[in-house]
Amino acid sequence: MTDLTALTLASALDGLKSKQFSSVELTQAFVSAIEKARVLNAFVVETPEKALEMAKASDARRAKAKGKVGKLDGAPLGIKDLYCTKGVRTTACSGILGEFTPTYESTVTQNLWDQGAVMLGKLNMDEFAMGSSNETSHFGNVINPWRRKGDNQGLTPGGSSGGSAASVAANLCLAATASDTGGSIRQPAAFTGTVGIKPTYGRASRYGMVAFASSLDQAGPIAKTVEDSAILLEVMCSHDPKDSTSLNIKTPNWQKDVRKGVKGMKIGIPKEYRIEGLSEEIDALWQQGIKWLKDAGATIVDISLPHTKYALPAYYIVAPAEASSNLARYDGMRYGARVEGGSLTQTYEGTRASGFGKEVQRRLMIGTYVLSSGYYDAYYLRAQKVRTKIFQDFVDAFETCDAILTPACPSPAFAFGEKSGDPVEMYLNDVFTVTANLAGLPGIAVPAGLSASGLPLGLQVIGKALDEAACFRVGGALEDAAGFVARPEKWW
Amino acid sequence: MTDRTPFRIKGETGDWEVVMGLEIHAQVASNAKLFSGASTAFGSDPNANVSLVDAAMPGMLPVINRFCVEQAIRTGLGLKAQINTYSRFDRKNYFYPDLPQGYQISQFAHPIVGEGEIEVDVEVPGKPGYAFTCRIERLHLEQDAGKSIHDMDPHATYVDLNRSGVALMEIVSKPDVRSPAEAAAYVKKLRAIVIALGTCDGDLEKGNLRADVNVSVCRPGQYEKFRETGDFKHLGTRCELKNMNSYRFIQQAIEYEARRQIEIIEGGGKVDQETRLYDPVKGETRSMRSKEDAHDYRYFPDPDLLPLEIEQAWIEDIRKSLPELPDQKRARFEKDYGLSRYDAGVLTSDADKALFFEEVARGRDAKLAANWVTQELFGYLNKEGLELAQSPVSASALGGLISLISDNTISGKIAKDVFVRMIAGEGEAAAIVETHGLKQVTDTGAIEKVVDDIIAANPDQVAKVKDKPQTLGWFVGQVMKASGGKANPQAVNDILKAKLGL
Repeated sequence: MTDLTALTLASALDGLKSKQFSSVELTQAFVSAIEKARVLNAFVVETPEKALEMAKASDARRAKAKGKVGKLDGAPLGIKDLYCTKGVRTTACSGILGEFTPTYESTVTQNLWDQGAVMLGKLNMDEFAMGSSNETSHFGNVINPWRRKGDNQGLTPGGSSGGSAASVAANLCLAATASDTGGSIRQPAAFTGTVGIKPTYGRASRYGMVAFASSLDQAGPIAKTVEDSAILLEVMCSHDPKDSTSLNIKTPNWQKDVRKGVKGMKIGIPKEYRIEGLSEEIDALWQQGIKWLKDAGATIVDISLPHTKYALPAYYIVAPAEASSNLARYDGMRYGARVEGGSLTQTYEGTRASGFGKEVQRRLMIGTYVLSSGYYDAYYLRAQKVRTKIFQDFVDAFETCDAILTPACPSPAFAFGEKSGDPVEMYLNDVFTVTANLAGLPGIAVPAGLSASGLPLGLQVIGKALDEAACFRVGGALEDAAGFVARPEKWW
Repeated sequence: MTDRTPFRIKGETGDWEVVMGLEIHAQVASNAKLFSGASTAFGSDPNANVSLVDAAMPGMLPVINRFCVEQAIRTGLGLKAQINTYSRFDRKNYFYPDLPQGYQISQFAHPIVGEGEIEVDVEVPGKPGYAFTCRIERLHLEQDAGKSIHDMDPHATYVDLNRSGVALMEIVSKPDVRSPAEAAAYVKKLRAIVIALGTCDGDLEKGNLRADVNVSVCRPGQYEKFRETGDFKHLGTRCELKNMNSYRFIQQAIEYEARRQIEIIEGGGKVDQETRLYDPVKGETRSMRSKEDAHDYRYFPDPDLLPLEIEQAWIEDIRKSLPELPDQKRARFEKDYGLSRYDAGVLTSDADKALFFEEVARGRDAKLAANWVTQELFGYLNKEGLELAQSPVSASALGGLISLISDNTISGKIAKDVFVRMIAGEGEAAAIVETHGLKQVTDTGAIEKVVDDIIAANPDQVAKVKDKPQTLGWFVGQVMKASGGKANPQAVNDILKAKLGL
């Protein structure tokens, strides 16, 4: 029998539909794989019993002659620990949430269960999604299933959705939910040879997602193929009256866009993304991507996004500012961890000093600073103005092109500790991805090749607002052209 | 109407005046909270009305309650204010256990309602009172916090989140209030407006209307300079008196606070800008927090909420549905009933009073009705400390009494006796008059006989009245006395004049 865990989501759904295997068999295969892969530290909560129960229910639905079957019926998925799951511990991988177990379900995960998906457990991530290497997790870092050629050194899977990316790359789930505030879906996808898409801001509900930076946070999937990511994203997105920023529009059928090809499409190449010190390897990959799309019938146009260089500084003002307010609720008063002090202030200080990790504390302090009286105009207000300019850059650029092609990250996966000493160097990882968050645009990362050291490299496609279809078309074309089939060698 | 004379306090170095601006927190009369579906019912068990959003559970998001927005617009229209079609919610960040989110959602930079004004009627003891215009700076929507209970346990504080997230309208006045009485009258008038609009229950005891008063003192003439230039440097440093919910305490607190500030300045000191609380037991204000401890609230637009954009058509629909407001009612009372500005103001300061009056006046002499309601009935109720709802005399009973005066069955003087008996529970006016034989004597023959007797018995007075017609009153008094007050005064006058040849 073939290894069920190696299937794509699309083929697994076909197999379930044609009864080649049951959901229980499929789920059991993943449960076993997860057990054997604990060294990767991808899951922070495993829910095998719940998974098998859900799988059994799915099999029962499929067994009925006229049983109502969901779009993801019987498909075992991993859930980033950022999503509140009823009755299953949810901590956003922060110590401050202790053993917090929600009594409610996030809208995104509810959408998955409504379509019959099976939950394998909760996936590791950077604490409160603040990080690009998964090193800030309260539960320890995730290890990338990929290793450099001839080297056993542990590499980061990227972040913050490191657990999601690693578990998909290591065949620990068919696909996973993730979230993206500044690149937290796309960068880990690029580091693990998987596909990740962040949709247009407002496509997916934020209800029940532990908030990092409300105006930037957006849900999305990490999957093995562009098609899989389209299947999952379609189910994740919905209009939700419980989220005031949720868009009241219908979710299109994106799966059909994936193999449409790029003939006649105009692809913009932004000159400002050719940043100083861009490695030859990344540049070569980008040029290769351009050639693939040209060969597939697209027209390449040079575009300019003049305010790109201000994106990263603006992002690292807006995101911490919102976070400093969003995380104020973790005060040890109503739920989560609490360190008793002699006074109210001491209880606050003790709880937050011990509950939050160093990187979260750093960002809370930055955020508090940029919002404080006398600094607000110089930092926060200015950053918001930059944000408007960046959005306008994209509007102007999309006058002449249908989608934009860029590298996903400035480098392949790096080793633990390599960048964690210098926060600014770590923040530079987001240089190609934050613009899409600041402008609210959809962006997809697709694996396109291997580095000289044998690690996956990704390309990013940014689409117009609400034009995820363009991301899927271009992403699908890149996937076809790249023929990326490399998988990490199983060492765990 | 009395003139608006400046309220002055004598200091050791001369006279001082007071300048005040008020911030009223009025709880929106809604069933659900501003950003969650939880109930706003008063008196529920602690923490019974708390949704996941109110408790700030991870991942919970606010969703604006349309009904609350509508009430803010209604109130704005009632204050003759600008309704802003674009407004926005900001976060006011600070830590406190009864503030679960760690921030209050409020409207800082862009409130839903802009500038407006209200006419305030001020009562002056023993005089007719006066009115002044108080300008409104803004009205904005915000969440209430929960309640910290410090006195249940010596070592712990308990938190009740039932109020957490309840919608408040903060109504900010310009510094147009100039005396303790004006401050109380302003709160009264605002309360009457929101009650008439139905946007707030206005129950001070339940805390759904609370006032913060910013008090400063200045020398006579400085305020006028401020009004001319708009420059606050002409005014003194202000202190904010927080959370007052009684008209009496508001006045006491202001008076105390103004004297405290004057004493500091005259002693060569400086008033610190700070927030103070009034202690009604000790009759003094004390510092709550100084400017140095003031929070840096780090306001910024709430990214969980979109800007509030209101269609003009909706505003117009709401405008069309507005009920008659106290000022409109007052104007109508002046016009339709011929009442004075002051009487009309008193009667329309409260919807119940206006309703009561209209019932008394229906089909009767309105001015007479207004006099009886404001002087006799309200005078009695005030003296006894009763609310109108507790009045022993109903509107129809009082109306019955007034009818007896109007058709000359009894005189105004007898009516006062009848009124006392009505208060004592003796029943309807007509029955009391019947039982006690108080009917006015209009039989001219009977009156003539009494008059003849008195003229015959008092030749000296008769001689005197020829020279001094104003001494006729003495004869009237004698006749009334002889008739037990029942003689019709008009008839007595007419007969006396004829018989005395005046």
